[in-house]
Amino acid sequence: MDANVESVSADEKKSTTVERKSECELVVTRAFNAPARIVFEAWTKPELLKRWWAPKSFGVSFVSCEADARTGGTYRFVFRHPSADQPMAFFGRYIEVTPPSRLVWTNEEGDESGQITTVTFEERGGETLVVMHDLYPSKEALDEAIASGSTSGFSETFTQLDELLVSQGVAKG
Amino acid sequence: MVQYATAQIDVSFAAIADATRRGVLERLGRAEASVSELADKFQMTLTGMKKHIHVLEQAGLVSTEKIGRVRTCRLGPRRLEEETAWIEAYRQMWAARFDTLDEIIEELKEKEEGNGRER
Repeated sequence: MDANVESVSADEKKSTTVERKSECELVVTRAFNAPARIVFEAWTKPELLKRWWAPKSFGVSFVSCEADARTGGTYRFVFRHPSADQPMAFFGRYIEVTPPSRLVWTNEEGDESGQITTVTFEERGGETLVVMHDLYPSKEALDEAIASGSTSGFSETFTQLDELLVSQGVAKG
Repeated sequence: MVQYATAQIDVSFAAIADATRRGVLERLGRAEASVSELADKFQMTLTGMKKHIHVLEQAGLVSTEKIGRVRTCRLGPRRLEEETAWIEAYRQMWAARFDTLDEIIEELKEKEEGNGRER
């Protein structure tokens, strides 16, 4: 581990931050200990994407993972969760693909309130800072995503959360 | 702010660490409902549902109002805490993904270095 990477603070390194930047924007950041071309490769090749997009701890598994990471190309991720009868599909279109620095895609699985995701890969001193920016069409759309995610949409995350709470002895009110 | 948020997250997470309570929140997200309607919908006794509503109310996720003999429930005023909890869950999801991504990136780096040496 380099302790002297100026661009990425010690706190920021390896830790994932999420911030609601404005009424319509959500920003996720994370540094990776590799050049941008390598990080970018892992974000754009389906055989690599499918290995990290649904970690084992989520309890979901990929049914299929298609990603044609070219400007105008499409992607389609299909997952299965043991508690769901039907597989869940997430899909959209790549609006911009600029290796190894920028990816922009649409999220079309929901209704018209789908967000636009922009991911930038900024290489500094051998590390790459990844900033993922979700822009929702309105404050209401992001509020809605949060409200539904809190209760149902993130069932896989909350399954994880349930386990965490049980392990910490705080579950069951 | 961080300490304050953490305490709120604990309460909120405990409140939503139960499938019925998550179902109630989802239901109230669509429209307000009386306690008895919720008890019917989730096929439990009125007393059982009252307990769940109480936990959600304590967490500020639900507010109730008694008019006549009917207690009406709706989503609570603490949208901010709800949002904080959601953001933390969302963050955990991405952190888990990125930890796995770290391993893949290490593999790719080793592969690249290996190829470099062969040349």
